Amino acid sequence: MKMKIFRGHSNAAVMGLAMMLCFSAAQVKIAGAAQESKPSAAPAGNAETGKRLFVKNGCYQCHGREGQGSIVTGPRIAPDPVPFDVLSSYVRKPTGEMPPYTAKVVSDQELADIYAFLQSRPHPPAVKDVPLK
Amino acid sequence: MARSRKIPAGRRDFLKSVVAGAATLAAAPAEAQPAQPVEERASRAMPLLPPVVESDPPADAEVLNLDRSGSDFMVDVIKSLGIEYVCSVAGSSFRALHESVINYGGNKDPEFITCCHEESSVAMAHGYAKIEGKPLCIFAHGTVGLQHAAMAIYNAYCDRVPVYIVIGNNMDATMRDSAYGEWPHSVQDAAAMVRDYVKWDDVPISLQHFAESAVRAYKIAMTLPMAPVLLVADSELQENPIPADAALHIPKLTLAAPPQGDSGSVAEAARLLVQAQNPLIVVDRYARTQKGIDLLVELAETLQAPVIDQAGRMNFPTRHPLNQSSRRNAVVASADVIMGLEATDFWSALNTMHDQVRRTSRPIMKTDAKLISITTGDLYTKSNYQDFYRYTGVDLAMAADAEATLPSLIEETKRLITADRKRAMQDRGAKLASAHDRALEQARTDATYAWNASPVSTARLCSELWAQIKDEDWSLVSILRHFSWWPLRLWPFDKQYQYIGTQGGGGIGYNAPASVGAALANKKHGRFSVSIQDDGDLMFAPLVLWTAAHHRIPLLSVMHNNRAYHEELMHVQRMADRHNRGIDRAHIGTTFEDPNMDFAKLAQSMGVYAEGPITDPNELAPALRRAIAVVKRGEPALVDVVTQPR
Repeated sequence: MKMKIFRGHSNAAVMGLAMMLCFSAAQVKIAGAAQESKPSAAPAGNAETGKRLFVKNGCYQCHGREGQGSIVTGPRIAPDPVPFDVLSSYVRKPTGEMPPYTAKVVSDQELADIYAFLQSRPHPPAVKDVPLK
Repeated sequence: MARSRKIPAGRRDFLKSVVAGAATLAAAPAEAQPAQPVEERASRAMPLLPPVVESDPPADAEVLNLDRSGSDFMVDVIKSLGIEYVCSVAGSSFRALHESVINYGGNKDPEFITCCHEESSVAMAHGYAKIEGKPLCIFAHGTVGLQHAAMAIYNAYCDRVPVYIVIGNNMDATMRDSAYGEWPHSVQDAAAMVRDYVKWDDVPISLQHFAESAVRAYKIAMTLPMAPVLLVADSELQENPIPADAALHIPKLTLAAPPQGDSGSVAEAARLLVQAQNPLIVVDRYARTQKGIDLLVELAETLQAPVIDQAGRMNFPTRHPLNQSSRRNAVVASADVIMGLEATDFWSALNTMHDQVRRTSRPIMKTDAKLISITTGDLYTKSNYQDFYRYTGVDLAMAADAEATLPSLIEETKRLITADRKRAMQDRGAKLASAHDRALEQARTDATYAWNASPVSTARLCSELWAQIKDEDWSLVSILRHFSWWPLRLWPFDKQYQYIGTQGGGGIGYNAPASVGAALANKKHGRFSVSIQDDGDLMFAPLVLWTAAHHRIPLLSVMHNNRAYHEELMHVQRMADRHNRGIDRAHIGTTFEDPNMDFAKLAQSMGVYAEGPITDPNELAPALRRAIAVVKRGEPALVDVVTQPR
């Protein structure tokens, strides 16, 4: 799963920071969807299986192995993912730069497992507790 | 790779041999000589000679030694240009130049820097020029050396960076020695293969011609827009004695002043900017000097206008409240006047491209927004290679250097600002400052995610690195986009040498040698050079680590080792998804696993202090401290960190 990738090192290498940050819009869109949608119960999933599938299906390539996201490739999707039905519909028919994942490639059950993995990711430390300044 | 053969007898030794062997050869049966097979003749240490009659005066045989050859004068010329270094892989076609640099020239200004690949020689020059603002020199074979160098020349060309290239060639076919491989190392038009991406080249046929072309080449390389130049140094011209009657002189070098926008256009630009409700400044390869950064700050503050930095250079302080690079879509969408300063890809700042089965694009900017452009890009465009980007229709274009034009633009802008406009601008600036602060806090929050993950998150890597170097006079000498631009989002950049932009043409194999070249430039200034080094890039040019160790070039390289050509991995994934085939095989041809590369051992084998691979983020800070201690002693060091993809 991912929101966008760039078209090649020869092209993307000359793109500046500002252009990379177009993902912030996509991130806001997904986050907004989370706030506007009523939470729906996700089908039961296995987080351990989901962890494997998250790698196998290349979700980590754009969203990071913890779903932490990147302004270059795709937004953060863990540890508090958008409601399952929002995620699921986006994965099947993305409107941004993410390539589509049909049920032939990732089944509904596999998506549920991935969702369980995303929910299981730990919350980050507070900004004040890490050497960021 | 064909290289000069290590045969003891050189061309001048050959002349010496003429003296010793003339009598013997004169006595040899003339009919026996041409009967030998070509291969056998080529393998002889001493080429065949025509019969010599004892009474003939052996004119060449008198030449045993020379006081000065043409290459000495060539070095005088190179010295006159203020060139500090020659980066080169040794080669027979410029052996005289090589020897003149290290002996006649005293191996100082220029100093010979031993490289292991011509691509690295040029990329080192690329990085050096980004820091020092002037070129260093490259020596290379006119054929195989230049072929190796080509991609790096293209990068420098696309990045509008000066590189001073001198290539050896054997123009006189009758002087080529097959035993040295000089036939395949010779070429009619050496510069032809790179002419599309050098700004100027020449083939001097006399020493005075060399002097004039060398000075001209330097001037052209440094005239905006800057770019690589190339001179062919014929081997006979290098090695033959300087004629006794030669009245050689080195022409005076005077660099051209950068072109400024005309007064009428500057006044119109100022009028548009002052009257705008939401002006916006977009910069890419804008700042050439610290003065350029300071001028942009002054203009932005005068107008209280947001700045979007496309990061081709260190243009604008990252912590300045008017730096709105993280809010591109919002500020572009609201702008009514947008000014591009050396905005190489202005179109992409104002539009988005959608990479699906059928590619589409859409504008972000308002359709009636006025566009102003100030760029030296309008002064120089070639046809073949497409580094000029999509055409942007602007309302006002100045074919001029933006940095040189800003003083008059600032003056005119200040003159037009009324009290009412100033109040409106201050209100605008306050809102932008608030948005900037929110964006910075968001970046810090984003950086905490996956903080304790293994592989190490790129945000953690950059944060831990910052904690260790923030009190140094640091210079980040690497490209940043492959790790989510974290340094530009989190670190306070405000000096011109703290960031050197991108590789221009996108050719991999740039970052490792360019960072060494930039560190070489930083060395005399006592700066702490640090590079976050992609694994795939280093594998294109790993031998530059030896160059750094050999020449004691202090540089901290921290590996962003995601064990993949990750961008390409994502491309293959996109294609597989598009075809609904799953991505199980996307790793084929894109990843570096089974076996994993051990970059610490690689660096150690080149004489570089190295640690790693580090997979536990808690081990990162202590490893960085140890490596930094090595760099502060004046040597390179490398820390291999296994990282998240981006």
